[in-house]
Amino acid sequence: MKSFMKKVAFATAMAAAPLMAASTASADGERYVFVSHAPDSDSWWNTIKTALGVAEGQLGVTVEYRNPPTGDIGDMARIVEQAAASGPDGIIVSIADFDALSGPIRDAVDQGIPVITVNSGTHEQSASMGALMHIGQPEYDAGNAAGMRAAKAGVKSFLCVNHYITNGASVERCQGFADAIGADLGNQMIDSGQDPAEIKNKVLAYLSANPDTGAVLTLGPTSAAPTINALKENGMAGDIYFGTFDLSAEIATGIKEDIISWAIDQQPFFQGYLPIVLLTNYNRYGLLVPHNINSGPGFVTKDTIDAVADMAGEFR
Amino acid sequence: MSEASAPPEDDERVKEISGFRKSLMRPELGGICGAILVFVFFLLTAFDSGMFSPAGVMNWSIVSAQFMIIAVGACLLMIAGEFDLSVGSMIGFAGMSIALLTTSAGLPMWMAIIFTFIICVAIGALNGWLVVKTGLPSFIVTLAFLFILRGVTIFAAIATTRKTIIGGLREEAAGDWLAPFFGGKVFTGLFQWMGENGWIETFSRGTREGQPVVDGIPMLIVWAIVLVIFGHFLLTRTKFGNWIFAAGGDEQAARYTGVPVNRVKILMFMFTAFCAVVFATCQVMEFGSAGADRGLLKEFEAIISVVIGGALLTGGYGSVIGAALGALIFGVVQQGLFFAGVESSLFRVFLGVILLLAVILNTYIRRAITGEK
Repeated sequence: MKSFMKKVAFATAMAAAPLMAASTASADGERYVFVSHAPDSDSWWNTIKTALGVAEGQLGVTVEYRNPPTGDIGDMARIVEQAAASGPDGIIVSIADFDALSGPIRDAVDQGIPVITVNSGTHEQSASMGALMHIGQPEYDAGNAAGMRAAKAGVKSFLCVNHYITNGASVERCQGFADAIGADLGNQMIDSGQDPAEIKNKVLAYLSANPDTGAVLTLGPTSAAPTINALKENGMAGDIYFGTFDLSAEIATGIKEDIISWAIDQQPFFQGYLPIVLLTNYNRYGLLVPHNINSGPGFVTKDTIDAVADMAGEFR
Repeated sequence: MSEASAPPEDDERVKEISGFRKSLMRPELGGICGAILVFVFFLLTAFDSGMFSPAGVMNWSIVSAQFMIIAVGACLLMIAGEFDLSVGSMIGFAGMSIALLTTSAGLPMWMAIIFTFIICVAIGALNGWLVVKTGLPSFIVTLAFLFILRGVTIFAAIATTRKTIIGGLREEAAGDWLAPFFGGKVFTGLFQWMGENGWIETFSRGTREGQPVVDGIPMLIVWAIVLVIFGHFLLTRTKFGNWIFAAGGDEQAARYTGVPVNRVKILMFMFTAFCAVVFATCQVMEFGSAGADRGLLKEFEAIISVVIGGALLTGGYGSVIGAALGALIFGVVQQGLFFAGVESSLFRVFLGVILLLAVILNTYIRRAITGEK
């Protein structure tokens, strides 16, 4: 029993040693917590993580990035509560589910922690919780703007490849697009899941069942890359009107190859960089920009892609 | 000639075990050791990070209570020799069912909650019935329901409301008699008093200025404690508890001795479903919304809590208190790693390490208790 206890103690120390080393030393600057709703598998947030790193270096602050590993908003609410309990100098959070998150965010604000909301959510929701401002892209409007462009090109029906159907904002993008081209969003939106092979097969299946589809709309790099492959496989690449949200290396290549007409750049860099800059200036000097900031939409087309392509997935 | 021979005072053939050691040799020992180690560790590394402030304590207590609720169901089922992988999907399904019944079908909240309980416990019974009738591993049957329930949840949400997150449930629950049993808070008066007398910090601004940061114990924690006590009592003090051990230990031998193994297993599946619905209802009432992705992968977290707590994966051995301690450890580690400043992506590494250590520790303890080699 004695030697057994020794073994256990040793094993625990071994497990704990890297933990001690991994703990970040307390920085002199302010500490912020960025809470996103994305599951670990969503790569779109890499740009925001890069932006947080850039802001950290420029301002001398530390930023911790937290997210629920499975994307479960219930877990995210607990993370927000926990972030508030740890007493940071500011919290940046996306309003993925207003009902679930309004309680924890309001509590954080009432404890005196400045909060900036980003990405998902509306300006009214952000203001109602007492956040300083909202930095994002209104989803329905972005989808609508995209749909207007497509309608001008004569598109009447489309396929919306939704890889993140449990986030209400993603459905709004498809809805905005559908309303702009005058179509009914019924089966035109598919739940593609997040696995690339699965997405590709679902797109192929839909297009072979509905060969008269006028356009394809993907909602991010996760759904765009497999869709490009699917279109190359069934020969529709370059023929069918293809627009997407967000940027990545594959999307940049797709634009250059005339497969994708345009990409909507939400400019996520601003959603990571600006909140840190604004919160730091607010904490240090009491300065505050008195209105919300729209980080997008910007449309990236073949004319502008070259400048952007190198940085896709990292800064753009 | 024959005196009534008194039993020998000191039989040298019987091994001496001190009373202290005897009281220590219980299935929960692994869980107790683990809990003490974990708390000591976080006291050392995260003492001033806000983890042990009232808000921090409430944070990891709630997360632990969440795990405890589903761990109790998973523990009893695992002792009976079966797994239920559909717990996470059932949580999403139950939450969505409550939301749709109140917002789309217009039922009052209490009726929606009761209907949801009935539907989900029936699905649990179906799980159990399929397992005993077909003899298939419960792993497979419940895996099938994991997909079925998740798919039905997403489909029902989109088909009726075109959204996958359904909100506005706080308004629906206002004035209902059953909703506060799941979403309310108790001891609010006590916490109010503590806030007024400076025992707990109060909000410094906003609509809740002056109110204590922690304003009550959520019903989630109350349910967790109630279910743990109920499960422990059922398992260790009733005949039915013996039947659960027997059904998991050796199914055929149990049948020969007259244990209604099929009935035990089906009832345990129903109980697991019940626990999942309690979890989902508390979550829906607290957040005021239901989402189609709630509860994703929670079944594995329940099984991990149970295993950390000392139950045997093959059934027949375990303890509900151990599962509760396993849930506590899991919750404290999950939240504590953030307070201690660890990179969040390392969380899973530590989880795996802790799981491994816990299983090894529990194996040693079990061998010491049961004397098996």
